Amino acid sequence: MPDALIAGVHEFPERKTAKSVLEIQALSARAALADAGLSPQDVDGYFTVAGNPGVGPLATVDYLNLTPRYVDGTTIGGSSFVAHVNHAAAAIAEGRCRVALITYGSTSRSSGIAVGTRERIAGEYVDQFEGLYGISTVGLYALVAGRHMHVYGTTSAQLAEVAVACRRHAGLNPLALYREPITVEDVLKSPMISSPLHLLDCCVITDGGGAVVVVHPDVARDLRKPPVRILGSAEAVAHAQAGHRDYLTTAAAQTGPRALAEASVSHDEIDMAMIYDSFTITVLMTLEDLGFCKKGEGGAFVSGGRLGLGGELPINTDGGGLSSNHPGMRGIFLVVEAVKQLRGECGERQVKDCRTALVHGTGGTLGTRHSGATLVLGRA
Amino acid sequence: MAEYAKPLPEITAESRPFWEGCKRHQFLVQRCRACGARQHYPRGICAACWSDDLEWLPSAGRGTVYAFTVTYRTQARGFRDELPYVLAYVELEEGVQVLTNLVGGEPATLRIGMPVRVTFEDVSADVSIPRFTPA
Ligand SMILES: [Zn+2]
Repeated sequence: MPDALIAGVHEFPERKTAKSVLEIQALSARAALADAGLSPQDVDGYFTVAGNPGVGPLATVDYLNLTPRYVDGTTIGGSSFVAHVNHAAAAIAEGRCRVALITYGSTSRSSGIAVGTRERIAGEYVDQFEGLYGISTVGLYALVAGRHMHVYGTTSAQLAEVAVACRRHAGLNPLALYREPITVEDVLKSPMISSPLHLLDCCVITDGGGAVVVVHPDVARDLRKPPVRILGSAEAVAHAQAGHRDYLTTAAAQTGPRALAEASVSHDEIDMAMIYDSFTITVLMTLEDLGFCKKGEGGAFVSGGRLGLGGELPINTDGGGLSSNHPGMRGIFLVVEAVKQLRGECGERQVKDCRTALVHGTGGTLGTRHSGATLVLGRA
Repeated sequence: MAEYAKPLPEITAESRPFWEGCKRHQFLVQRCRACGARQHYPRGICAACWSDDLEWLPSAGRGTVYAFTVTYRTQARGFRDELPYVLAYVELEEGVQVLTNLVGGEPATLRIGMPVRVTFEDVSADVSIPRFTPA
């Protein structure tokens, strides 16, 4: 892996805000740079997604009055910000920038955007074949969940275990949207949205944002906090393959082995994982494909408290998208929480002696086309 | 004919033969003359070998359910008034998966693997929408 480190992170604390998408990013960028001990003048690389707002990074660099010598607007869904860390590390290793700033902001909740159930049409060629049938984000994950149940015997109660673990962690995160504990029964009794996914199998809708600062090792040397090392990273896509797809395999099956091999880290060395939880099924299938258990055994793997703090593989210690925040794209929060865990800054929800963390972002939908991005991060 | 409230396809030169097939109540699958691969959705090149020498094969319109979900809540245009409805992947006998709706069957009776056949809804003078129904 190219030599680069994560030096600063920030999560915008509000879940519903009167601030704009640009203000959220400005405040997050300022806080992440302060966290690193850097200033806006130090930034020479900038990364964000399209539509955040505008065609890509241009609207944000204008607003922030930045003039980076390296820009990247990679937009591959919610995983984008995980990929940005990978791209920033590569750019730094090539000498194209030294201080890379990644930002995100969204006002999905205050704008009343029904992220999961709105019509999922992107203005693309493929809409004329897919967009006619009442597709929504939740529906396109539910298709895959139903097939996973059919092929492997996975149950709704097993999916619910993921939501229960995330909610338990949310209870330890003062910023989380929902903090009251829930049970498997609560998930099963919540309204069915798109079978087999219930309301509590689905992520919340919030406003939010954040920022991450990736730096060259020379820069990292003088900073206030010990930086976090990027040990391995990988990206991949998966799509319909012209009508010949095995929808039970996600992009994580490609990225997991590559990122872990690059890091020379084995599964049992991972102390905690931040797994994109748009829906409970996303987590279950991602864990299988990353190789934490065999394909088809995800239902048993996520059960019995394994994913909770104190369990074998604590995930989403901030409460995840299922309970803490999900403004439409969650990738940046995966990185922020993993970095805080590795620095030992998580208070009540701290994973004991957390040395190595895995981050996996999923963007798009498992039922049509999606991206996956994995990072393996280590304590300095 | 009542006003059709759901989305309509934006037909382009590339996709016109497919939609003209639907108008005739034929589901067309593309086949590559160079490598023999079959594909859906249709496009200007073969997804397997990138040849642009493609032909249109009339499907028998039969297949099996690969995956389905019964949707109870949606913001999708035209579907809010028809809840619950069924979104599905059907695997055609010709070997390609098709994203579609399952219609005409009680949601509780639907199963992955069950046989289905294509049915067309004539929604305007130019457009017929393919869906699938238990065979
Ligand atoms: Zn071909």
